Amino acid sequence: MAAIDQKLRWKHLYNVLTRSGPFSDEDWVPGPETINTLESSKVLVIGAGGLGCEILKNLALSGFKDIHVIDMDTIDISNLNRQFLFRQSDIGKPKAEVAAAFVEKRVKGVKITPYVGKIQDKDEDYYMQFKIVVCGLDSIEARRWINSTLVGMVDFENPESLKPLIDGGTEGFKGQARVILPTLSSCIECQLDMHAPRPAVPLCTIATIPRQPQHCIEWAHQIAWQEQRKDDTFDSDDLEHIGWIYNAALARARQFQIPGVTFQMTQGVVKNIIPAIASTNAVIAAATTSEALKIATSCNPYLENYMMYAGEEGVYTYTFEAEKKPDCPVCGNLARAMTVDPNMTLEAFIEALGERPEAQLKKPSMRTEEKTLYQRFPPQLEEQTRSNLKLKLSDLIADGQEIAVSDPAYTIDFRYRLDFS
Amino acid sequence: MLKIWSMKQQQQQAENAEGAAGKKKKKVTAAQLRVQRDLQELTLGSTMKMTFPNPDDILNFILVISPDEGMYKGGHFHFSFSVNQNFPHDPPKVKCTQKIYHPNIDLEGNVCLNILREDWKPVLNLNAVIVGLQFLFLEPNASDPLNKDAAEDLRGNREGFKRNVRGAMQGGMVRGVKFDDVLR
Repeated sequence: MAAIDQKLRWKHLYNVLTRSGPFSDEDWVPGPETINTLESSKVLVIGAGGLGCEILKNLALSGFKDIHVIDMDTIDISNLNRQFLFRQSDIGKPKAEVAAAFVEKRVKGVKITPYVGKIQDKDEDYYMQFKIVVCGLDSIEARRWINSTLVGMVDFENPESLKPLIDGGTEGFKGQARVILPTLSSCIECQLDMHAPRPAVPLCTIATIPRQPQHCIEWAHQIAWQEQRKDDTFDSDDLEHIGWIYNAALARARQFQIPGVTFQMTQGVVKNIIPAIASTNAVIAAATTSEALKIATSCNPYLENYMMYAGEEGVYTYTFEAEKKPDCPVCGNLARAMTVDPNMTLEAFIEALGERPEAQLKKPSMRTEEKTLYQRFPPQLEEQTRSNLKLKLSDLIADGQEIAVSDPAYTIDFRYRLDFS
Repeated sequence: MLKIWSMKQQQQQAENAEGAAGKKKKKVTAAQLRVQRDLQELTLGSTMKMTFPNPDDILNFILVISPDEGMYKGGHFHFSFSVNQNFPHDPPKVKCTQKIYHPNIDLEGNVCLNILREDWKPVLNLNAVIVGLQFLFLEPNASDPLNKDAAEDLRGNREGFKRNVRGAMQGGMVRGVKFDDVLR
């Protein structure tokens, strides 16, 4: 009985996975093996918010059986209108755990492993276990982090180290879905220029002549707090803090006869809350999860590589192939390996760099993640790092460490991984 | 998945191939790399000096501007620069660490310079910010005030404003506020 249920449940999915269609790849073998691949694929979902809830539900209903989810947030009452895996009784609980438990209960046979915390808590070993990473994030910073981590993990001897990253994002009625094959296709860093920065109000307007209620809130947040509560670190999740900002903003608004400051607006301005629309999340999450299904099973061609969805004026969608940026700081200049004598001085090393055909660096500055090795300008920093020139490489860097080199003669920077001979 | 991989091999990026294997060490971040480049491309005149409290941390430093002309001539103005990992997508955070009398700098050290906020773009660099700061001392701007009192003085009575600047720079009081001595 249970087996029959199973079959019925996945009938439509199995239709797709057990026969080839006009668009499926010639080499693709439909059938049980493909289904098995899908069910054993470990997928990571980053974010269990508006998009994350949809993504988790969609993946579970697309036949993925081993799903992990990371989110550091707890459930707030304002999430409940669209984050449908959460109920009022869940307020204050971690999103990842509640979402995982809900989907596990609803879709029999799926295992969802939650992690409550930051993506930065986890290292490459953790990310290495997944086949695909799907992101439903609200921050550029987190996207950049996971992007550069996945790009950095690619080991050209090991195909398994390439983790396709499927990124969804929404803002009001607009959204995007993109597929990133780290080091192969345009990455998040390559596409950063496409993000329009949030328009900022000049500080002087805020300080002197506010015209809008938002200006009063910004004033309270950026100026009044600093003047009056310098020693408290502002925490946008602390209700007392928000309340203080709200009252300060209200007083200022009254002084300038500006109506409209509300507690909710204060929260929105201070936390930079972007209006979220449930259906946009659903559209974008659906796009990302069907890409996950296609990539995991190879049943149909996947998105190459960017789909934008503009729903604010009628509906317009457009798909194009974003190009890799040759000078992308993350995927554009991957470190080249260079074997060096650990007893060589930094000075001799710099000289040797000048002789390398691809570089011919004449006046390089260079550093590791934690150390400024040599910086030619400004003069004060040159003085402070000059003594390094006489030191041996082994005193300055570890075997296999990466250095980054800039030279005024080149518009791009170089990265080298120095292996000791 | 394997399909994707064979695509890569067609790309033949063998030179990079060597680079990705082996143990993983922390990588120089994009922000660090950009700052390294920006610093190298600075043009600092004799009126500007930078200090790095920790030379290994190039994301945090002090800039001292010593104007050699204009109303603020003779002063040494200290600014702390703090660059975050989102640079150059976020502007550097710049604050004046002294209490100074200036229409575009408030008593907390906040600076009203368009490219530090609303007009910042990733194509701008540290040099642009430094030039902008220097310009504030040559041409204080009364129409975009952050210190309203100073701006009023500048608009209403330029000579009086100049006297106030001199007094404040010596560590004197202006309109009941005690300023820092910036002449040393």
